[in-house]
Amino acid sequence: MIRVQREDFDVGRELERLTAGDHTIGGVASFTGLVRDMGGPERVSALTLEHYPGMTEKKLREIEAEANRRWPLSASLVIHRYGRLEPGDRIVLVATASPHREAALAACHFLIDWLKTDAPFWKAEETPQGERWVEARSEDNEATRRWRGE
Amino acid sequence: MKLLYFAWLRARIGHAEEVLSLPEGVHDVAGLLAWLQRRGGRYGETLRDLSVVRVAVNQEYVGPDHPVCDGDEIALFPPVTGG
Repeated sequence: MIRVQREDFDVGRELERLTAGDHTIGGVASFTGLVRDMGGPERVSALTLEHYPGMTEKKLREIEAEANRRWPLSASLVIHRYGRLEPGDRIVLVATASPHREAALAACHFLIDWLKTDAPFWKAEETPQGERWVEARSEDNEATRRWRGE
Repeated sequence: MKLLYFAWLRARIGHAEEVLSLPEGVHDVAGLLAWLQRRGGRYGETLRDLSVVRVAVNQEYVGPDHPVCDGDEIALFPPVTGG
């Protein structure tokens, strides 16, 4: 399941809901992304996440389908927020459940790597110098390429 | 066709979307980008370096050779930074 929303989410409740009623699940892996402030002159007081409504949901569904093709997952969940967020706020939750830990852990890693380079979101940081658009990192593209086997 | 702009492209061009008819002589993404550059002003300035511009046609990432036609939804944006 995928969700794109402005509101916060409760990680515990989401994980509980993901596995409820399926006793073949042996493990759940999850990744929670938070707004970061590294301090110093580049202090981030907040960031605003912009996205492309329609295409965002489409790409997240494709990425989730690809994870389910690659690993035997019992359930999967991607929640991505948009709007203005402050340091410490949750941005994204990826969770995967499977009878076995290897599939859950690998699929979770795959999903967060792949969504960083394929889901149409953009971050603008509020800093003492004004608004700054976060630039894409080449390490992120390399992480996704590894999964593509390139 | 409907053109959408996101992130700093939207901020610099000054609006999030516009509707226009397919300009004469434009057949693909590269042609459309060149036409927008020739419009000058904020378009020329914002689209000066196309290496930092990504394009989606009807919500799919595409390259410069991808055809464009009237009725398409065409989005221009910088490389994505979600997660």
